[in-house]
Amino acid sequence: MSTLHTVNKSPFEKTSLDACLAHATAGSNVLLIEDGVYAATKGTAVEQRVKQALDSVKLYVLGPDLVARGLSDDRVIDGISVVDYAGFVDLAAENDKVQAWL
Amino acid sequence: MKFAIQVNEGPYQHQASDSAYFFTKAALEKGHEIFRVFFYHDGVNNSTNLTTPPQDDRNIVERWAELAEQHNLDMVVCVAAAQRRGIVDEGEAKRNGKDATNIREPFRISGLGQLVEAAIQSDRLVVFGD
Repeated sequence: MSTLHTVNKSPFEKTSLDACLAHATAGSNVLLIEDGVYAATKGTAVEQRVKQALDSVKLYVLGPDLVARGLSDDRVIDGISVVDYAGFVDLAAENDKVQAWL
Repeated sequence: MKFAIQVNEGPYQHQASDSAYFFTKAALEKGHEIFRVFFYHDGVNNSTNLTTPPQDDRNIVERWAELAEQHNLDMVVCVAAAQRRGIVDEGEAKRNGKDATNIREPFRISGLGQLVEAAIQSDRLVVFGD
């Protein structure tokens, strides 16, 4: 039983990423979308927290939402995969359920 | 695979409706079935026919309607949320004594049971909101 968690808030605005990571079981998939993509970038105050999460969950970030915010793929923390909307659909299909941390 | 989509936010206010649209489009392009798109809370504002965005901006309402017409999508607007926000079809206009309608077909107004049914009948329910 695997779950895809989606986080759409910046970690500098809301605590939804923390809430998600605290609840996501090992082997879960977490997709950062909308303002959530800021958590995927290098050199921020939450970088260590995100890198730590990579030990137990797989992290993805939505590429079009990075581009919309002027962030390029080379700003993304190593180990986080960039996906497009087709990749988002694949993740939703591959996991048993989708949980949005709104 | 069968997907149900829930949209909780209105157009131009939040990215949720855009995200839901692109997800729905990508799912259809991959050959998946969209069982229903359910518009809830401020999401009902995605269905008003009276919107006129600037020509160089996306028309979120038209875009949803065109996708629905193309793929015969069932797009349901929550009736209680619609009543609060002034989204009206023929039936609601008659029932509540209103002199105008503003729903963009093929959006249709129905109840929350449609969301429950979509969640039961679909393999995945994907929620977009604030």
